[in-house]
Amino acid sequence: MEKVVIADKLTKKFGNFIATNEITFAVDKGEIFGFLGANGAGKTTAMRMLCGLLKPSSGDAKVAGFDVYTQTEKIKERIGYMSQKFSLYEDLTVRENIKFYGGIYGLRLPAIKSKTEYILEKLSLGEVADTLVASLPLGWKQRLAFSIAMLHEPPVVFLDEPTGGVDPITRRQFWDMLYEAASNGTTIFITTHYMDEAEYCNRVSIMVDGRIQALDTPRRLREQYGVESMDGVFQILARGTSTK
Amino acid sequence: MIAIEVISKTYASARALQQVSFEVQKGELFGLIGPDGAGKTTLFKILVTLLLPDAGKATVAGFDVVKDYKMLRTITGYMPGRFSLYQDLTVGENLQFFASVFGTSIEANYALIADIYTQLEPFKNRRAGNLSGGMKQKLALCCALIHKPEVLFLDEPTTGVDAVSRKEFWEMLGRLKNRGLTILVSTPYMDEAVLCDRIALIQNGTILAIDTPEGITTHFTKPLLAIRGADTYRLIKDLRTAPFTHTCYAFGEYLHLTLKSESVDRTYIEAFLQQKQHRQIEMHPISPTVEDTFMSLMDRQ
Repeated sequence: MEKVVIADKLTKKFGNFIATNEITFAVDKGEIFGFLGANGAGKTTAMRMLCGLLKPSSGDAKVAGFDVYTQTEKIKERIGYMSQKFSLYEDLTVRENIKFYGGIYGLRLPAIKSKTEYILEKLSLGEVADTLVASLPLGWKQRLAFSIAMLHEPPVVFLDEPTGGVDPITRRQFWDMLYEAASNGTTIFITTHYMDEAEYCNRVSIMVDGRIQALDTPRRLREQYGVESMDGVFQILARGTSTK
Repeated sequence: MIAIEVISKTYASARALQQVSFEVQKGELFGLIGPDGAGKTTLFKILVTLLLPDAGKATVAGFDVVKDYKMLRTITGYMPGRFSLYQDLTVGENLQFFASVFGTSIEANYALIADIYTQLEPFKNRRAGNLSGGMKQKLALCCALIHKPEVLFLDEPTTGVDAVSRKEFWEMLGRLKNRGLTILVSTPYMDEAVLCDRIALIQNGTILAIDTPEGITTHFTKPLLAIRGADTYRLIKDLRTAPFTHTCYAFGEYLHLTLKSESVDRTYIEAFLQQKQHRQIEMHPISPTVEDTFMSLMDRQ
């Protein structure tokens, strides 16, 4: 199986503080990989390194075949990224957001045009194509942000808590999109605080104090820790020693 | 302790609250459960006298939210959804500030916050802006408690906080409730509903149902099965097209399949799935959760 994200003893130190401590894992093509951990466990630092935004202190990692030390620009071109905090421009319309990001990712105008039609059709956003994103319901924004992160057909997309705040049906509609993308071969690398979503992943890792403390399928983790749910696994592991 | 009578509120074009009514008893831990944009924050702002309703009436501890706002502010504690302490004051300074605004001191009411504040004490000289999410949340709770309010309003205190910190926070709320505080708390996390005495489900400015967490699931009326198989994505797609399916949603490790009627036989479902070549099928009937109920009520709306 092709490995799309590979981390080998990847480490980041800030002064004396080791934010990410020798994490090692490999994510398959088309896999939904849940990257879990308590606030402050080191997830964001690890994600920033994998996205080519932060230089590691030591260790190695390759994303979509590119090196996180020497090929960060290639990585940024080839990955998709979406987070709750940073995704769409609220004061641009739906159509303008697609066009803008299409340009950023280097798509040619005809490609942007056909992608725009595809997204508007697929998300049933035709009627609000020229509406400012600010006025759309949160669930629509999340689905649009994901589609935009997928504009340049990246082999892997990083999602940082993408589903916060929406109703349970909208949250599941978002996951339907993730399943579909994964079944078409896109690797999904996702963080979430919803433990039921952890169960939807093919495999999950749980970070504690900068280290990966557990990594397996949800079913095997539940069996290993003798609990009924991923929430149970998380409650056992995730507290760690840090109180920050 | 809190009485809300047909409250409505409209912003420019959006109807934020539509004829919302419910009561919260003294000493009750009452949960307002719903997604972003449901109207939770608007209702909180009306109850803590920061916003006027267009229609309807509400009282807290007998004080009217419009006429008696000055009195009301002295007996309520409010923790807004957005972190609203002073980022460039330290933990200790923030607490001191809120105590002095209410004409009291940290010492006078320390007993009430001791349990929470001891966890913050190692960081008491750190600026609030540099705290982690979980610690900010604990400091905000301390600041909302320092004037010893009778009623506590907590607007999405656990949003964006990890599952372990959420659990700790709810344990703190349980202890505050045991001290006699009345607590109205909102959350988008359906799994937190079971930790409340009673809950109201809210969506699009309308209350869908009000009951105890156990009672609320009786609003779910159709037969419900948990199903899993080797290929989840294909299973969910096939089940959604099945003639017996009302809805099918992912629910943790299982899918929750709501059937159209009681008369659907399980062997019929098994035969349907076998014909579609699904393997390792496992299914059993289950009782609906609060989340199942919320989704079915949304659906009906």
